[in-house]
Amino acid sequence: MALPSYTETRYRIWHYIYIAICTFVFFFLIAPLFVIFPLSFNAEEFLVFSEGMKNLDPDAFSLRWYKDMIYGTKNPWGLAAKNSFIIAIFATIGSIILGTLAALGLSSRHMPYKGIIMATLISPMIVPLIISGVAIFFFMAKVGLAATHTGIVLAHIILGTPFVVITVTATLSGFDHSVTRAAASLGSNPVNTFMKITLPLILPGVISGGLFAFVTSFDEVVVVLFLAGLENTTIPIQMWTGLREQLSPTILAVATCLIILSTLILISAELLRRRSERLRGINR
Amino acid sequence: MSSETKQILTTDGIPLEVSLKKAEKKNKIKAFLLVAPLLLFLVITYVFPIGEMFSRSIDDKMITNMLPKTFKEMENWDGQELPPEEVFAAFYYDFKALVEKQEHGKLGQRLNKEKNGFNSITKKLFRQVKRKKIDESISIKEQVMKVHKRWRNVEYWQAIKRTAPPYTMSKYLKGMDMYYAADGSITQVDEDRRIHRILWLRTLEIAFFVTLFCFLMGYPIAHLLATLPMKYSNLLMICVLLPFWTSLLVRTASWMILLQQQGVVNDFFVMIGLVADDNRPEMMYNKVGTYVAMTQILLPFMVLPLYSVMKTISPSLMRAGKSLGGTPFVAFWKVYFPLTIPGIGAGCLLVFILAIGYYITPALVGGASGTLISNQIAFHMKQTLDWSFASAMGLMLLSGVLVIYWIYNKLVGVDNIKLG
Repeated sequence: MALPSYTETRYRIWHYIYIAICTFVFFFLIAPLFVIFPLSFNAEEFLVFSEGMKNLDPDAFSLRWYKDMIYGTKNPWGLAAKNSFIIAIFATIGSIILGTLAALGLSSRHMPYKGIIMATLISPMIVPLIISGVAIFFFMAKVGLAATHTGIVLAHIILGTPFVVITVTATLSGFDHSVTRAAASLGSNPVNTFMKITLPLILPGVISGGLFAFVTSFDEVVVVLFLAGLENTTIPIQMWTGLREQLSPTILAVATCLIILSTLILISAELLRRRSERLRGINR
Repeated sequence: MSSETKQILTTDGIPLEVSLKKAEKKNKIKAFLLVAPLLLFLVITYVFPIGEMFSRSIDDKMITNMLPKTFKEMENWDGQELPPEEVFAAFYYDFKALVEKQEHGKLGQRLNKEKNGFNSITKKLFRQVKRKKIDESISIKEQVMKVHKRWRNVEYWQAIKRTAPPYTMSKYLKGMDMYYAADGSITQVDEDRRIHRILWLRTLEIAFFVTLFCFLMGYPIAHLLATLPMKYSNLLMICVLLPFWTSLLVRTASWMILLQQQGVVNDFFVMIGLVADDNRPEMMYNKVGTYVAMTQILLPFMVLPLYSVMKTISPSLMRAGKSLGGTPFVAFWKVYFPLTIPGIGAGCLLVFILAIGYYITPALVGGASGTLISNQIAFHMKQTLDWSFASAMGLMLLSGVLVIYWIYNKLVGVDNIKLG
């Protein structure tokens, strides 16, 4: 973004203002995440920077909240983490299977009523979560699945499939269908063609859709608030109760762990996106 | 079809057209079967329950089922003067049946919502019925009227008649701060009790301004990301994507820490001398907190669609605009900006849709003046247990969202939503 030497002064000033605005916005986006790190190592019970922390006094920092998170008495985080992972993993698997199949059908040019069906499949992403929560709660209560893991997994499959449908449809839009016809002409049956040809090519899209579904489930709180009983508590539910009631630094320790997890997911999503673009580049 | 094409036959003697149609149909069914599992799953667990919310929101069958004989007799009553003996008798027998099932309390409560004063007079009637004080061989009307003077008041009988239809729109009216008056006309509630209208307006206002702030902040950085060389823009993209992938609750928690009275933002304001140390402003548990936190949380949803549109705009267009004599501002306004309008539309609609139904962040940082319609729905689901009212409010919100979704679908197309 270097300015050419002939730029007039007023445009030069405008350019610096523009850079300053952008810097501010990037700071606004990313900085809030970083207040959590230092405060989670706070030796005291308050959620503010103590004098000791400002002077970088080593005694002001400690791992006590991390210890509390793992070993604390009557600690809900262990159960919550276990539940969260179980629910998210099953919800992801369900979303991937249903979403990928649907995306394959939707990408076919023979698909009837494509517009309305696509709009329906995406709708759980658009409809406000509170409404989804109420509707899913009514359904689960009627069939007796409220306050069960199964009920929450099904609810999260509903919320996760739109992401898989979108990413896989996007991957399939650059897909060269002549390779599947070639496989068929060489005597492969449709299932074999899918497993050996189509799936490896769309795999980046499938996995990145799966990552979205995983994060959606892992981070989902509104619907779970309606569905979960005491036994089905998840990390977001514990954070929600914590933030509303006893605001303790243990939450910040958990939050730090979650930020590390999301960083890992971001890195894998980025790598997948690049791989997908490379694969599709070869096809073109 | 002309006759020529009809004559083309496949090897097994079937006209090509027929054979082709058959194959097409087979393909259609194949494609549909792939979509079917998800579609069926969503219809059963999601679309259908939303429809059920509608029937729940207008359902008013409770009294209709409780007083079947009464409503049948009331069909012949003009509703002007006190009802005839038959209506009183039918009501008495319905009531007696309810007393046996111990459901008379529910009736009293429900009728009390329709008109104040029912609760006490149904209790009085209950005591008379329980002690078998009412002689069924003589005029029941006379005896019921003696129980309490309100049973002699025609307005109470009119109120019972109003509850006859099994469906009611009253929950929707309540959501707009209106109600059915005694004569059946739609009336507004007193001005100082119009809480729902304030909430709707506030929800629209916050969604609008959050969208505006997101646009004002998202446009410059999307432009920067799209015009910088790849190696720098990839690095800066992390600033957009990391919050996007981070848990909503984590981001809300960090704003709660930043905005509290002893928080970092207030510390900073004190340090630069903007506010006095003993007079730190309250930035959380009000609208300010909701605005700030929601803008940061929804900003990536604005930047990503804008970026994907700006990426496709060739830089030579701006150069051409400048070389034809436009100042950078004119070139930007006449050439670049119009080309980004699809991205602006996509981003703004997406942010607006998400903002209008927001629940978690307003509930945590919004306080009393920063809560939205979603919080009211959750309140009625969890606290007052008025599920039919929660359903009605939810569907009112949903219809608004669906209109925007429809516009979004027309302008952008749902299959063009880009993630990451």
